[in-house]
Amino acid sequence: MKKSRVNLKQITENYKDAGKNIKRRIVVCSGTGCVANGSKNVLDAFEKSINENGLNALTSLSFEHKTDNSIHISKSGCQGFCQMGPLVSIEPDGILYVVVDKDDVPEIVDQTLIHNKVVDRLLYKDPKDGTFCKGAKEINFYNKQSRYVLKSCGSLDPEDINEYISIGGYSSAEKLFNDYTPAKVCGDMIEAGLRGRGGGGFPTGRKWEFTRVEPGPKKYVICNGDEGDPGAFMDRSIMEGNPHSVIEGMMIAARAIGADEGYIYVRLEYPLAVARVKKAVKDAEEMGLLGDNIFGTEHSFRVHVMEGAGAFVCGEETALIASIEGKRGMPQPKPPFPAQSGLYGKPTVINNVETLATVPLIFRDGIENYRSKGTDTSPGTKTFALTGHVANTGLIEVPFGTTLREIIFDIGGGITNEEGKIDNSMFKAVQIGGPSGGCLTEEHLDLPLDFDSLRSIGAMVGSGGLVAMNKNTCMVQMAKFFMDFTQNESCGKCVLCREGTKQMLGLLEDIETGEATEDTLILLKELAGAVQKGSLCGLGKTAPNPVLSMLEQFHDEYFAHVIDKKCPAKKCTALLAYEIIEEKCKGCGLCIKKCPTGAITGERKQPHHINEELCIKCGACLQACRLDAIETGV
Amino acid sequence: MEENKKIYINGRECNYKDERNLLEVIRKNGINLPTFCYHSELSVYGACRLCIVDIENKGIVSSCSIKPEPEMRVKTHTTELRGIRKISMELLLANHSKECTSCGKSLNCKLQDLASSLGVGDVRFKKREKLIPLDTSSQALVRDPNKCILCGDCVRACDEIQGIGAIDFMNRGSDVQVVPAFDKNLAEVECVDCGQCARVCPTGAIVPKSDIHDVWKELEDPNKVVVAQIAPAVRVAIGELFGMKPGTILTGQIVAALKLMNFDKVFDTSFAADLTVIEEANEFLRRNESKDSLPLFTSCCPGWVKYAEQYYPELLGNLSSCRSPQQMFGSLAKDLLPGQLKINKKDIVVVSIMPCTAKKVEAKRDEFEKNGIPEVDYVITTQELAAMIKEAGLDMNNLAPESLDLPMGFKTGAGVIFGTTGGVSEAVLRYAYEKISGKQLDNPDFKAVRGIEGLREVEVNVGETKLKVAIVHGLANAGKIAEMVKKGEADYSMIEVMACPGGCVGGAGQPVTFDDNTRKERAKGLYECDKMLQLHKAQENPYVKEVYNKHLGEPGGHKAHDLLHTTYRNRKRIFESGFEVLSGTNSQKLEISVCVGTGCYVKGSQNLLHKLIRYIDEQGLQEMVNVKATFCMENCDKGPSVTVGDNLIYACNFEKAVSEINEKLTVLKVD
Repeated sequence: MKKSRVNLKQITENYKDAGKNIKRRIVVCSGTGCVANGSKNVLDAFEKSINENGLNALTSLSFEHKTDNSIHISKSGCQGFCQMGPLVSIEPDGILYVVVDKDDVPEIVDQTLIHNKVVDRLLYKDPKDGTFCKGAKEINFYNKQSRYVLKSCGSLDPEDINEYISIGGYSSAEKLFNDYTPAKVCGDMIEAGLRGRGGGGFPTGRKWEFTRVEPGPKKYVICNGDEGDPGAFMDRSIMEGNPHSVIEGMMIAARAIGADEGYIYVRLEYPLAVARVKKAVKDAEEMGLLGDNIFGTEHSFRVHVMEGAGAFVCGEETALIASIEGKRGMPQPKPPFPAQSGLYGKPTVINNVETLATVPLIFRDGIENYRSKGTDTSPGTKTFALTGHVANTGLIEVPFGTTLREIIFDIGGGITNEEGKIDNSMFKAVQIGGPSGGCLTEEHLDLPLDFDSLRSIGAMVGSGGLVAMNKNTCMVQMAKFFMDFTQNESCGKCVLCREGTKQMLGLLEDIETGEATEDTLILLKELAGAVQKGSLCGLGKTAPNPVLSMLEQFHDEYFAHVIDKKCPAKKCTALLAYEIIEEKCKGCGLCIKKCPTGAITGERKQPHHINEELCIKCGACLQACRLDAIETGV
Repeated sequence: MEENKKIYINGRECNYKDERNLLEVIRKNGINLPTFCYHSELSVYGACRLCIVDIENKGIVSSCSIKPEPEMRVKTHTTELRGIRKISMELLLANHSKECTSCGKSLNCKLQDLASSLGVGDVRFKKREKLIPLDTSSQALVRDPNKCILCGDCVRACDEIQGIGAIDFMNRGSDVQVVPAFDKNLAEVECVDCGQCARVCPTGAIVPKSDIHDVWKELEDPNKVVVAQIAPAVRVAIGELFGMKPGTILTGQIVAALKLMNFDKVFDTSFAADLTVIEEANEFLRRNESKDSLPLFTSCCPGWVKYAEQYYPELLGNLSSCRSPQQMFGSLAKDLLPGQLKINKKDIVVVSIMPCTAKKVEAKRDEFEKNGIPEVDYVITTQELAAMIKEAGLDMNNLAPESLDLPMGFKTGAGVIFGTTGGVSEAVLRYAYEKISGKQLDNPDFKAVRGIEGLREVEVNVGETKLKVAIVHGLANAGKIAEMVKKGEADYSMIEVMACPGGCVGGAGQPVTFDDNTRKERAKGLYECDKMLQLHKAQENPYVKEVYNKHLGEPGGHKAHDLLHTTYRNRKRIFESGFEVLSGTNSQKLEISVCVGTGCYVKGSQNLLHKLIRYIDEQGLQEMVNVKATFCMENCDKGPSVTVGDNLIYACNFEKAVSEINEKLTVLKVD
C-alpha cells in the first residue's frame, strides 16, 4: 500500500495551533549529563507539582490537548552546560535554573509559575563577581557562543517529530527531493563549503560528488556516530538532542549520491542516543518520510541503526565499514576510498553526525547565509567539548575563526587554579583535537581557529575536544595520557601504530620516572615521525601529534625531566625530593607504616626523617600524612 | 593502439600492464621491496608498512595497496622511507623472542632476513611485552605467539585459501594476538592441520611440529626394523634445502641418505598410490555403474577429509572409502613385512616422509590403529628429513643414488604424479579408460587435467561414456564445489580434492619458500619423473599385481577392504561431550542430557535443566544420574531436545522428562 504523501505544512500548522494557548513551557534538559544528575526525577516532579497546584501540565502537544493556560513540560537534548545540570529553563520568561533538584520543584512551581517570581538561589552565579544571571542571555558561557547546529538541541523535544517539523524540519529534504537534481545538491554543497566535522575537514560536497559519479544502482550513506575521543560528546548531544536533523541530513546525502539505504553507526556506550535515534527513525518511517516514494517521488531511502562495540578505531571509516559488515573493526588501506568501494563494496558516503546535522540548515537558510558564518576556507560553526581547568565546562559552539582567547576566557570564564578559583595567570596550554590533536599555548591565544590555521601549527580540529590546562599540569604526563589512550585503542593491525604507540608510551614513562636520557628524546621524536608518516590509517598517523606538539612547545619542560631529573609541575612523583618538615611532623608513624622500603625512621611523637637513598619516590608518605608535614621539591 | 602505460620509479621510466598493484610493478622492475604481509595469493592487507613508497603529490603510501597510474612518479628508497622501514623492523624486533639460533625457522625466517638486508643494527627499544605460553596441543603444528609479528598472513591463508578461519585476531593494540576461536588450543578447534598458516608465516610463530627426536631413537634401537616410505612430492623439493633448484629429482639420493642413517628398508609411497588408483578406480566404476553416491570425492588428502567431516558430513558417503596412500602403505607393511622379514609386528617401525603436516594427524587417527599398534608410527616432513640428513653430516650433493627396496619400492608414473593437483585424476583416468573401453591406452597423458587453476573441470570421452572430472585445490574451492554437489548443481563423475594450493608439492612440510614459481617447478619435476619411469599405469605395476594375487585377492574384496579402506565420522560438533552438570557415583547410572544449543535455549531448555536438577536434588537421586548440558543435537525445530538413557524426547517439558526419568530409574533399580 502506498502511503499518502506527508504534508509538512499541515503538521506545522497543527503543531503551532496546538501550542497556541500554552502559557508556559518548561524545558528540562534530558541530555546524558543531566539525566545522570537526576533530571528525570525533576521532570516527573514538575508534572506532579503542577497538577497538584491545579494547573494543567502537558507533556506533549497535540490537538486533543488543546487547553488554555496549560503548561507544557518538555524534555530537551543537551543544553551544553552539563557542569551546572540538571538545567531547567522556563519560557517565555527566559529563566534558566541550574543544579535543580527534584525537591526544588515545588518552590519553582509556587514562586515562578504561580507568583511569577524568580528563585534567585537557583540561578547561575557568575564566578567572577558573584552576580546572579537570570537566563542564558546573561550567562557568558551562553551569550558568547553562536549556537547554530546545537540551537535546537537545547530547546526541542527530541522525541517529538512534529516539533522538529514545526521548526522547518524535513522541508530542506522535501525541497531537494522534488526540485533538485543530485548534481545540483552536490554543487550547492561544494559552494557552501561545509567541511567534515569528524576531524579531517574534507569538503563534504566533494565527497558527495565523488560518490555521485560512481556508477551502480546500489549506494549507501553512513552516519558516523562512533565518537570516541576522551571527553568529547558533541555527536552524542546532537543524536540525543536533535536526532531528526541527522536523519534529514542523511536523506539529503542520499539524494545527492543516489543511495537508497543508510546506516547510523552509534557506539553502544551511548544508550540514550541509540534509543532516541531509533525512535526518530521509527517515527520518520511511520510518517512516510523514510521508506519508498519519499515526498511522492520514486526515490526510496531506508535507515538502519547499528550499535558499535565502542572501539575508538571504528570511527575510522574503513574500520567502521568492516564493523557494519560484521568483521573485526580494522582499517583497510585507502585507496580504494569508500566513495569507490565502501560498504559491501558499494560506493558509500560516510559523514560525521555534526556534518549531517548541519546539512539541512544550509539548505534551509541558504548558502550565502551559511557562508556568512566562520572563515572563508572554513565556513560555519563548530562545536567543541570544553573541559579541564576552566570555570565553565560543557558543550559549546562557535563560528570558525573564533580565537582561543574568546573560548577560554569569555565562554570558559577563565582558567582555574588547583583550588578551582579563577586565576588567568595560571594559563599554560590547551589540547585541541583530543588524542589526534596538538597543543596550543599562550602564543596561539589570538589565532583564529579553523581547519587550516590549526593544521599549520601541527594541531587539528579533530572531533572537537578542548582541554584547558593550568600551570600545575605536567606536559609529560599529559602526552602520556593521550598516548596511553591511543596505544590501547590501536587496532593492532599495522606495525608502526601497534608497536610504535606502545614504545612511545614506554619512552614517556622512562621520562616520567627519570630513566630517560637525551637519546630518549631523540628516539621519541624519530619514532613519532615514523609513526606519523608510515601508519596505515588516521588513528596511527595522528597518534604522535600530542607528543610531538608538546615536545615542541614545552621543550624545556621535557629537558628538565631528562637532564635535571626534575618535574617543574611537581607531578612526576619519581622526580620529586621528599622531605619531612620537623615543625609540622607530630611523629604519628603513619608514613612509616606506608613506606614500602623502610626509608622513613623516627621515634614516636618525635619528628621523622626520610633516608633519601632508600626512598623510591613513590609518594605513599605524601598521601598518608594528614598534617601536610611532607613537602616535595623539584 | 594500446596505450603505452609508464611510470617513473626513482626517475627511471618503467612500463606496466595489468599488474595487480604498484608493488608488483616495482618488483617486476628489479627492485625487491620488502614485505611481510603481501602474498600474491592472498588479499592485500597493508599492515607491515615495509613496501611504502613516496609518490609525487600523494606522499608516503604502501605500494601493495595502490594501483599504478600513468605518469606516476615513485621513489622507493629515500632517507625517510629507509628510516621508517628500519624503525618498523626495530619495533618488531624489540618484542620478538630472539631465540633465533634454536628457532625452527632459523635461516628461513623473513624477519631475520630483512633485519639483515635492511641494515638494522641496534634495537633501541626495550622489550615491553610479557612471554606468552606456547600452544603445543596440535600433533601437526606448534604456535609460538612470542615470535608472531601479526602480519596476518596465517589468518588470511586459513580464511581465504582454506575457507576455514580457524585462527583470527584477538584483543586490541599491543595486546593483539592471533589465536584459535575463544583462545582455545589449536587441537580443540576446526584446524584441519594443513599447515598453510605455517607455510606463509614469515617467522617461527607457527611451525610444523618436529618428530625427529623419536625417529632417531628408533633408528638406534637394534631390535627394531625401521621402514621408510617416501611420498612423491618429497623427492622434487628436498634439494631446495641443499642449494638445488626446485624440481630436482632426488629419489636415489634420499634412499642413500636414509640407508646411511640406519633405515632398514626404504619404500615408496607411490607404490601404495598405485594400489590406491586401482582400489579407487574400481570403487568409482562400481558407483558409476549403479549411479550411487556420485560424484566420488577422492580421499587421499587428510586435510580435506577432516574438512569434509567437519563441514559436509552429509557428503561423507560420496568420499571414496579408500585410505590415503600413506595409510595403505602402513597397513600393508605391517601385514606383509612380519612374514617376509620374519620379525614381530610390534618391532616394525613405519616412518613416513611426507610433504604434509596433516599426515602427522592422519597417522594418529583411531581408524589406523590395530590392537594398539599404529600402522604408521611416525610422520616426518621434507623439512625434518633434510634436518636429519644435515645432522647426520651427509652431503646430498655428493651422495650416490641407491635403489628403493622391493616390492613396495616399485611404482609406476601414475603413483608419482599423485603429488600434484590433477595427478590423482590423471592416474585414475589412465586406469578407468582401459577398464571402460577395453582398449589399451597408448598415450597415458591426460594433459587437460593438469594446471594450476584452483577449480578446473575436464570432460573425457571414453568410447560412449563421458566422464566429467572436477579438480580442486585449496579447501575454499573444495567448499564451493561441495556446496554445488549439495544443491545438486554438480554433474561430475569424480572430484579430486587436495587441501594445499598446487597439491602435495605445496604442502606445509615442504621447504619454506616465498616464491610462487617453486610449486610449479616441483610439479614439473613429478611429471618428469613419470616420463622417466618405464611404466605409467598403476595396473601395469607387476608388484601390485603380485600383492593382489598372493595377498589381497580381488580389488575391493574382503581382505583389500580390511587393509585398504576406511570409514569417516561426522565432526560437525567439536564438543561431543558437553558439560557435566551432575555426575553420580553409583555403578549404574542414568544418562540424561539436555540440549542448550541456541534453538533449544530459546525454547527454554536452560530453565528445564534447572528444574530437573532441582527435582533430582529434592528426590535425592544425585548418585543415580549423570546430567549433561550438551550442544546442538540438530533437532532445533523440535526442541527442547532431552535424552534420558537411550530415549530422545523431542519438544520436551518438565513433566515428560520426569516421567521418563522415573520410568528408567525403576528399571535401573530392578536390574
